[in-house]
Amino acid sequence: MKEEIIIAGFGGQGVLSMGKILAYSGVMQGQEVSWIPSYGPEMRGGTANVTVILSDRKISSPVLQEFDTGIVLNQQSLDKFEDSIKAGGTLLYDPNGITHPPHRTDLDIYTIDAAVEAARSGNAKVFNMFVLGAFLRIKPLVTIENVIEGLRHSLPERAHKMIPANEAALRRGMELVRKSEQHG
Amino acid sequence: MEDIKLMKGNEVLAHAAVRCGVDGYFGYPITPQSEVLETLSELRPWKTTGMVVLQAESEVASINMVYGGASVGKRVMTSTSSPGLSLMCEGLSYLAGAELPCVVIDVSRGGPGLGTIQASQADYFQVVKGGGHGDYRMPVLAPNSVQEMNDFVDLAFELAFKYLNPVVILADGVIGQMMEKVRLSPQKPRRTEAQIREECPWAALGKGSGPMQRKERNIVTSCYIDPETMERHNHKLQEKYDRMERDEVRVEEMETADAEYILVAYGASSRICAKVVEDARAEGLRVGLIRPITLFPFPAATIRRAAEHAKGFLSVELSMGQMIEDVRMAIGNAAMPVRHFGRTGGIIHSPREVYDALKQLMTETGGLQ
Amino acid sequence: MMTEETAILETTGTETEKVYDRPRLLLDTTMHYCPGCSHGTVHKLVAEAIDELGAEDRAIGITPVGCAAFLYNYIDIDWIQASHGRAPAVATAAKRLCPDKLVFTYQGDGDLAAIGTAEAIHAANRGDNIAIIFINNAIYGMTGGQMAPTTLLGMKTATTPMGRDAALNGYPFKVADMLTLLDGVTYVTRQSVNTPANVRRAKKAIKKAFENSIQNRGFSFVEIVATCNSGWKLSPVAANRWMEENMHATYPLGDLKDLSAQAAATEK
Repeated sequence: MKEEIIIAGFGGQGVLSMGKILAYSGVMQGQEVSWIPSYGPEMRGGTANVTVILSDRKISSPVLQEFDTGIVLNQQSLDKFEDSIKAGGTLLYDPNGITHPPHRTDLDIYTIDAAVEAARSGNAKVFNMFVLGAFLRIKPLVTIENVIEGLRHSLPERAHKMIPANEAALRRGMELVRKSEQHG
Repeated sequence: MEDIKLMKGNEVLAHAAVRCGVDGYFGYPITPQSEVLETLSELRPWKTTGMVVLQAESEVASINMVYGGASVGKRVMTSTSSPGLSLMCEGLSYLAGAELPCVVIDVSRGGPGLGTIQASQADYFQVVKGGGHGDYRMPVLAPNSVQEMNDFVDLAFELAFKYLNPVVILADGVIGQMMEKVRLSPQKPRRTEAQIREECPWAALGKGSGPMQRKERNIVTSCYIDPETMERHNHKLQEKYDRMERDEVRVEEMETADAEYILVAYGASSRICAKVVEDARAEGLRVGLIRPITLFPFPAATIRRAAEHAKGFLSVELSMGQMIEDVRMAIGNAAMPVRHFGRTGGIIHSPREVYDALKQLMTETGGLQ
Repeated sequence: MMTEETAILETTGTETEKVYDRPRLLLDTTMHYCPGCSHGTVHKLVAEAIDELGAEDRAIGITPVGCAAFLYNYIDIDWIQASHGRAPAVATAAKRLCPDKLVFTYQGDGDLAAIGTAEAIHAANRGDNIAIIFINNAIYGMTGGQMAPTTLLGMKTATTPMGRDAALNGYPFKVADMLTLLDGVTYVTRQSVNTPANVRRAKKAIKKAFENSIQNRGFSFVEIVATCNSGWKLSPVAANRWMEENMHATYPLGDLKDLSAQAAATEK
């Protein structure tokens, strides 16, 4: 098993932390993992992206030019990364704010209404957990128990009281994910 | 379950410092390695091991604090990034001249000048060939994983005290900022003053009292005004550097046994090149990778050996081509094609870009029909 | 140099009493200083102060670049030779790593007040428990008599042959005065070794600064307004007189700040 994932969106959408939770879940699952963000001025409110690799073998390059899965959370990221997904790969996106939907016909495309659900739930902080739940429904690379373990390890002690809300969001994301029918 | 953590390379440097019994860290914030000082400040080792952590007023002060700490026999270190290392070069020369052990970490970024805060490997000349004035060398370790960021701190101190010389860990923004699994080292105790006096009889710790009393005063200096004495000192240092070249070469080889084309890369680039080797082998191409772990001493013999059956070399660095000079010198055969490939400006070359450059080299040299 | 055999003997009636001896920690090495230079006297005071405090076992001195670079050849304690101007940073680390030691630097006006200004000020501002002995002779002696930051206005040096001009070179740098403003600073004093009485005062000041370091009472700064008769191109006697008339006017002697007693009172 080897899954190469790009997660991209606005800074502040929890892109990096979602990648970190996914990577930590992989550690809990006994996998090899790497997490590498783009960093720099774009950290300050612009777009953010992180490459996460989960593998059962030693990971050679943490830097990649193409991915098995793209998880994109805004239009810029979709424009930037849609063509970087391998043929037959997976694209998961939040349609909120997307004016130019994906054009690829050789991908499995899924949507998750995470922004809408986050607004409805009144807890914007778990936005990225809806997305992660959706991804894990599509690709059950790690168990939900190991995600919780990952959260326990990656969140500071004082934030542990947030874990139940995160778990609920994960499960809700699993229910909300939809296969896109765009390309019929 | 074994204590495996997911951490950034920079964070691991801080944990590794505390755990290997470091007495003092002195540093000045600079991207992309500020997490080292931040993590240390969060760990508050002064409350546990008694380690001193101090934010200096500049890199000039940092390296001279390291000089002061090393002079009293303590395990001391600093970390910085490229422009900061430029400021430290004077201090490194003094440390080498006075034969003081310490560890200096450069999480390098792009230059010249203020350059970019993004990752780069353009400090090779500065770190490996000197930077400061005078005849001196420093062992340079180039980690390519977060685990090695942990392991090399301890190794660097071991070498520093073995040779009484500064040792540099030359990392890059990629290794510093990425997260991977890491097994942190067990906690080592810091040495007591009695142990330091025993192990470092040269340390300027004061003459001591009671059973620890020393009759002669200790002077830590790099100053030798008498020409003959200075030259003797230069020869003594050179003998030490020769010993490093003989005993301390560390190198990793991947698929080189039958390789016709050899990638040479260290740090982040070596990880990218490892994928190129995987991809090339999957296509039946005889491609291998030589990864210098020590940049000084440089694994010249390994490269020379590989050159016996190779058709070409590609030196892959996030720079305009610096290590390639050592690769060429190691091969020593002007007829052997040796090319450079590397992106700069903070752009990290993708495995595909490197593969394309390799294929071009192969095409031009008859290795690819 | 004086030796044991030539110690001064004073006759009182039939008994003789030894009233002066070579300081125990002052090594029997011929000093490289020019005749009339203040360094020799200050070295002697440093050696005596360490001995009288019983601090030979824990004394760590940091030497500068400049005329006093070879101070380690003259006083029998452990020494660290620093690069130009960086002695306070070296001292900061040595002291923080070894809080029970006496750590002091000995620096000239080029080392401390030009190239090493940042390190000196930040060590002071951190309140590092170190002592700095600052030799201010208003000129660069080692390199052949160029202008120092502390050179007086109108004073001729190799690089101010027409005299220091404020419009071109700024003003005499009053380091000690400046340091008094910093909260980390416990003790700032300005002394001179031009008369026996001043030598005694200077020694008292050095001893207090060293004691502050040993007892971790904060940062201490002892400026010694000094002569450089070679650099000034004056005979030793004339240099002393010139210093009294000119240097002491710009750099008046006395304590500028002393919180040593308050710092001591808060102990334990």
